[in-house]
Amino acid sequence: MTLLKKMSVWVAYLAVLLLLPQLFDSILAISVFNQMAIAIVFALSYNMLLGQGGMLSFGHAVYFGMGGFLAVHALLMLETETVHFSIIWIPLIGGLFGLLAAIFIGSFSTRKAGTVFAMISLGIGELIAASSLIFVDFFGGEAGISGDRTYGPTFFGIDFAQNVEVYYLAAGWVFISTVFMYLFTQTPAGRMANAVRDNPVRAEFIGYSARHVRFISFCASGLFAGIAGGLFALNYEFITEENLNAATSGRVLLMAYIGGLGYFIGPIIGAVLLTLMNSLLSNYTELWMLYLGILFLLTVMFLPRGFAGFIMMHQLAWVRGKLRDLVVPYLMTGIPALTFMLSLIALIELVHAEAESLHIYGLTLDPSLEGTWIVLVVIAAAALYGTRRSLPQLRAAWHSANHIPDEER
Amino acid sequence: MTTPIRLLLITLFATLCGVSTAQEPVRIAFMDPLSGGFASIGNSGLKQLQFAADYFYNSKNGILGGRKIEIVPLDNKQSPTDTQIQFRRAVSEGIQIIFQGNSSAVANTLNATISRHNSRNPGQEVLQINYSAVDPILTEAECSFWHFRFDAHAIMKLNILTDFIAKDTAIKSVYIIGQDYSFGHVVADNAVRLLQEKRPDISIAGTEFHPIGQVKDFTPYVTKIVASGADAVITGNYGADMVSLAKSIIDSGLDLPIYTFYAAYDGITATLGADGKNKIRLIHNEVSNPIPTEERKAFIRAFKAVNPDNDVTQPRIINALQMLVTAIEKSQSTDPYDIALALEDMRFTNLSGEEIWMRGTDHQVFQSLNISVHTDEGIEFDADNSGFGLFTEYSVPAAETIVESSCQMDRPSR
Amino acid sequence: MLDVLIFATLNGVVTGLLLFMLAAGLTLIFSMMGVLNFAHASFYMLGAYCAYSISLYFGFWVGLLVAPLIVGVLGALIERYGLRRVHQSGHVAELVFTFGLAFLIEESVQFFWGRDTKNYQSPDILDFALFTLFGQEFSAYRGFMIAISVGIFIGLYFVLTRTRIGIIIQAAITHPKTVANLGHNVPLIFMGVFGAGTALAGLAGVIAGPVLTTFPGMAVVLGSIVFVIVVIGGLGSLAGAFIASLLIGLLQSYAIASDVGMQDLLNVFGIDFPYDHPLADLWGLTLPQIAPILPFLLLILVLIFRPTGLLGKREE
Repeated sequence: MTLLKKMSVWVAYLAVLLLLPQLFDSILAISVFNQMAIAIVFALSYNMLLGQGGMLSFGHAVYFGMGGFLAVHALLMLETETVHFSIIWIPLIGGLFGLLAAIFIGSFSTRKAGTVFAMISLGIGELIAASSLIFVDFFGGEAGISGDRTYGPTFFGIDFAQNVEVYYLAAGWVFISTVFMYLFTQTPAGRMANAVRDNPVRAEFIGYSARHVRFISFCASGLFAGIAGGLFALNYEFITEENLNAATSGRVLLMAYIGGLGYFIGPIIGAVLLTLMNSLLSNYTELWMLYLGILFLLTVMFLPRGFAGFIMMHQLAWVRGKLRDLVVPYLMTGIPALTFMLSLIALIELVHAEAESLHIYGLTLDPSLEGTWIVLVVIAAAALYGTRRSLPQLRAAWHSANHIPDEER
Repeated sequence: MTTPIRLLLITLFATLCGVSTAQEPVRIAFMDPLSGGFASIGNSGLKQLQFAADYFYNSKNGILGGRKIEIVPLDNKQSPTDTQIQFRRAVSEGIQIIFQGNSSAVANTLNATISRHNSRNPGQEVLQINYSAVDPILTEAECSFWHFRFDAHAIMKLNILTDFIAKDTAIKSVYIIGQDYSFGHVVADNAVRLLQEKRPDISIAGTEFHPIGQVKDFTPYVTKIVASGADAVITGNYGADMVSLAKSIIDSGLDLPIYTFYAAYDGITATLGADGKNKIRLIHNEVSNPIPTEERKAFIRAFKAVNPDNDVTQPRIINALQMLVTAIEKSQSTDPYDIALALEDMRFTNLSGEEIWMRGTDHQVFQSLNISVHTDEGIEFDADNSGFGLFTEYSVPAAETIVESSCQMDRPSR
Repeated sequence: MLDVLIFATLNGVVTGLLLFMLAAGLTLIFSMMGVLNFAHASFYMLGAYCAYSISLYFGFWVGLLVAPLIVGVLGALIERYGLRRVHQSGHVAELVFTFGLAFLIEESVQFFWGRDTKNYQSPDILDFALFTLFGQEFSAYRGFMIAISVGIFIGLYFVLTRTRIGIIIQAAITHPKTVANLGHNVPLIFMGVFGAGTALAGLAGVIAGPVLTTFPGMAVVLGSIVFVIVVIGGLGSLAGAFIASLLIGLLQSYAIASDVGMQDLLNVFGIDFPYDHPLADLWGLTLPQIAPILPFLLLILVLIFRPTGLLGKREE
């Protein structure tokens, strides 16, 4: 890729970030965008560990939360006028504290990768989460601590009282963080992280200490997780124990994995997808966590490289101009597969609805009628049959789109 | 479950673009956990609010001359973060009244969020109807013009509970065990203080805190209770921690009274069953069995006919809704400022035929407080369809539950 | 004091043995397949719920026999159609798969059984006090729990060291390729071990459900502790898991029973801090308060100073 092409990707990214609130300007939309901004930085920082450094962490929320807690304390200091600076620097404070925490914890946890590292991260995660309920002065107990972002000097007349103002600030930080995290992958340290992930023994042979390389990635990751925590503090103006516990650590793992670990863009896709599910789907069904679990397992089983991996699978077909050949087979399989999924969801909701009638897809279904069940099961079965029947054609089309025939070579 | 499901894409588009504002019904948000580990309590509350709105208003002429009440469920997963997310959603949809009850941490977050939002966005104010969060701070240091509490707070309840314990001369020492968080500490600190005032001869055999939801087995704690020689146990535990604690005490063959706040309904009564009979007592508002009025009996029967698996666990939700509607009718407005003014110092006779009072200075409700025992005798309306339920043994009229408040309310000027 | 000590020991042993039933399966699965099964405690929960449903119709004893079988078969099926597929994508994928599985099982349990606590009762025949000491009863059911767990430990030990299948399993752990070359069906052995391990977890759930309350959070409460035990005991070591289980069980039980705190420690050194000291929370810590996090503290210390665990041999 030429430099120009690369630059245009970044410009497009910035443009999307800045234009989103112009396209969708409801309070809810801004709220969702703010969540996405935080999630993107957090998920990208997690990918520095797992995707690029091969370190599976079950306690990444510690750095996010620590950054957030210090950011809220900084807001409180601004309120009492102990310090005096614009709140646009709050995420950086969060980041530096995340870095500090990572330096301390990384000094002993990065000695080994693999299971040992994963277990230490789990233990530390539990330990910090538990301590946060004990040390009430700093962490504020289960109610957390809360600050007000409108204190301190204004930034060109903006006092950040409105969420949309915070969004633009967050968008700026997201862009800067993304650029720096991308640049990190291009540095020798970033490249060595990949090498150590793939084969630590060989990496040591060429003169690099695997532990040292892991430590650097770990610290960088802590820094950006802390920035995400600082953004969280600015957006919500409070932070609690739940922001550094195992559930948050698990969620970031989900985001990065569903999005696609091996790709830089993967966690961004995962962050956007999961934020949408979390904030919108939960209002339409109580069972959204069940669907999330199913989606996650299906992703691990059938798309081991996540959604980004799925998109990248089409690169060859794209380059060869064969993508068009795939449209019809995709529809042939996709429509029955989608029908199967939707009828299955309807069945699940119907079981859950017990005696009440169910409003779904604009229809009203009555669980007390046997006919409803029979029709749904028949639709589901037929759709499953259709999916299975059309699969070989899809495989064949896939093969011909990606397989370069001998005469072209 | 009546939550409608539409195609995700359509809703996504509609919600992101901002929903059109056809304000025919009066929309009230119910913001509590509707998914996840605490969902059973949230869903049960939602059913009660929904049913009460239909029973009293929607099935009749509605309110404000024909407008219906629409209850909008918002799932906050009992998380302060999701509470904020759902709050923004409510504001986005133009909802100005929010019911919320579970978890004082969430109530505190919502209180702070609403105060900030209301001062930054005049004209879009939101009213918080707190039907169950009992942290005293909400009507003391952190009291707000936009917050109304329809439940007695922890210290009010403890005041009556310790009166009751003080009357029992057989009790010489008390063991206090609670979850290691603010409510657990409020219970422990004030129980110790009040007991020392009322019965200096009662010794505190021990005060113990354990982490919320992390204790596998309460038997080690019970061992300590036995060793301390206590005659009674006070606990603010809720949910599975409550059940496990009570089961461990009973399994160890200890025959002592357990005084609680939340040891009934939502599976707890059924699980304790015969083992807990006459051992477990609860402090709560609104008399349980025998139900005092035919009106309330009719309401419960009608509710059970629609929701056979649920109980009317929180009559305060009904009080809150009725008082809210009375305030709306009185002020002929759905503006939170007008409603708040009308609610202040309102005296309202509820389904149980009791006059309850919303104090204007701190927005705290006062009504009778009761202590009931877990039993299967004299139970007309049981819990969890188990045959067991609460029988009220001791009742204190509203006037005697009144406590002072340190609230210095910031009143918005209009 | 003596009464507290005796009962704290008994409580610790009961908890420890229960933890061992979970840890045994987990460590077996790990040593075979190299995958730490995050969903292990979820199978424990499934066991409790299945047994609860069965006990409603056929009584406790049928549940005791059938529920672990159901859970075991389910485990084997998940290994066959889920885990084996994911195996190709590497260890991280496997770990993440079991992580998602734990999530899904918890949600499914809430879907099928609801979110309330379940009234799962111990059998009437064991509803008496085995003995009463210093005014506290030790129920027969707890005695029964101890008996079952010890029985399982002896049985497992016997199967693994004295039977042909045990020898094949042990060989498959260290030299899977050689075992395959000798004509044994290694994937089938894997599936069997996974099924047996999950069945053990299910059995633990069946017997723990009545005393520790059957509710949707019961897996989370135990989940990470079991992990800690397996790691402390040494990954893949059955004896290590046994020692670590008892150690953790007793450690937590004694910590809760004790009444000492930082204050006492400081008093020994004659140091005193005012109540409004900024670190007052730290000085006010008591041992019972931090009992539940002690295992994690131990975990970190063990991993730093002895990454192979107490009895572990292998390092990856």
